[in-house]
Amino acid sequence: MIELLHYEFMRNALCAAILVSIACGIVGAFIVIKKIVFISGGITHAAFGGIGLGYLLNINPVLTAIPFSLLSALAIGILNKKTHISEDSAIGILWSVGMALGVLFISLSPGYAPDLFGYLFGSILTVPLVDIIIMFILDLIIITTVSLLYKELHALSFDEEFSMIVGVPTQTLYLILLCLVALSIIVLIRVVGVILIIALLTIPATIAKQFTTKLRKLIALSTLIAVVLTIIGLWLSYVFNLPSGATIVLLLTFMLITSIGIRKFLIPRTK
Amino acid sequence: MDNNTVIELKNIYFSYAGVLVLEDVDMVIKEKDFMSIIGPNGGGKTTLLKIILGLLEPDKGTVRVFGNPPKKVRKCLGYLPQHITFDFDFPISVQEVVLMGRLGKRSIGKKYTKSDMGICMEALESVGMLAYKNNDFGKLSGGQRQRVFIARALSTEPKILLLDEPVSSVDTQWQQTFYELLHGLNKKITIVLVTHDISVVSTYVDKIACVNKKLYYHGSKKEGMHKVSEMYECPVQLITHAPSRDSDGAKDK
Repeated sequence: MIELLHYEFMRNALCAAILVSIACGIVGAFIVIKKIVFISGGITHAAFGGIGLGYLLNINPVLTAIPFSLLSALAIGILNKKTHISEDSAIGILWSVGMALGVLFISLSPGYAPDLFGYLFGSILTVPLVDIIIMFILDLIIITTVSLLYKELHALSFDEEFSMIVGVPTQTLYLILLCLVALSIIVLIRVVGVILIIALLTIPATIAKQFTTKLRKLIALSTLIAVVLTIIGLWLSYVFNLPSGATIVLLLTFMLITSIGIRKFLIPRTK
Repeated sequence: MDNNTVIELKNIYFSYAGVLVLEDVDMVIKEKDFMSIIGPNGGGKTTLLKIILGLLEPDKGTVRVFGNPPKKVRKCLGYLPQHITFDFDFPISVQEVVLMGRLGKRSIGKKYTKSDMGICMEALESVGMLAYKNNDFGKLSGGQRQRVFIARALSTEPKILLLDEPVSSVDTQWQQTFYELLHGLNKKITIVLVTHDISVVSTYVDKIACVNKKLYYHGSKKEGMHKVSEMYECPVQLITHAPSRDSDGAKDK
């Protein structure tokens, strides 16, 4: 496997795998404990509108997807608080509106959209350096924000009402959390694609959650699991010429099932 | 408003989706009162507490806590909700739950201090849960969890403690200890307690407020006890066994 690193695309892919794992380890842990998986799915699909806009304006679609996913995160959060539309419905609406906009933008843009399939289903082997840099910056933002707001986010996830009473600006904090989800989606979009992102945001954290009851360990373990499994997935997809996104997702699913077995039969329950 | 009034409600109206829950409620709670809010299920007791906390906005009327709107002074209030829904697998320890009470005192990016830790350990000690401080919160029993939530409310070092059916799931032996604890705290702070337990009211509480949509009585408990029977439309002794759900008829009197 070492000689593979002589190829630039392979070095990029490896960097991408690590950067993706950091985002999904940290943000995925909060998504799983705060139970905002469906919201995250909505933001992910809404981000596709941004991808389409990138094609239309002839800019890097990853860049145009950033404001799109941030705005849809805020829209879901605000629609729920300020109107009578339930969060559930708001998610569903933005989910398909984003996709519809994406399709419309792409059909309006001149010519053929060559790597569209990559944005939908991911392609870790073709991540360009500029996207690696974007992913790195977004990871830095995620790490900084979560380390500054760690105790508040932990409390918000556990008991929103109490956090509000003791003076935490819970609404703002919740919107910040959704924005972190939006940024992590951008980090992941190249590697697993819009349709498969939610697997990477939830499966590593779900595996890790079975083996720890501490949030810090959950974050660390989810990141580690994601690093190992995306790199193995990357290698498998290269060796067997398989689509990387699907390979990684199926590998994650296989490990999730295995981990449930390990948890059930090999580690005795303490209670 | 005189100087030792801590909570003042003036013609409060509140409705959930068009259904009137509270109607023209006026209430004054003074410093170091130990007041119990009693009333049938659905009578609006919890709603009243949430209005005092500023978690719900009344349709009409004003709420003042220490002369301010509740949102401004929330940090001086300790609160124990009636129901807390959470995931039993949520990654949090007993100590971390209690530390949440100190959250408002520490700004963003700052860690909890040694004194926060000390206050929390004291609070855990007072509810007899210190030995469990490193345990997983989700693995405690229902009664133990409630005691930890009481410790969390205490760790905010509140000037007013608002408790919504605090001992509904703890054993009778510990209930006694708990009320003694409140009795001690009451020397320094104001306590508002929502409860169905009339025996508690008769032993520890010095004022009562009877709420069933309207405020039926509000004042010292001696004169109030017969009003309680009137509101529930049944002898008081029965209340603890079979709280009457539908006592709307009382409002016509």
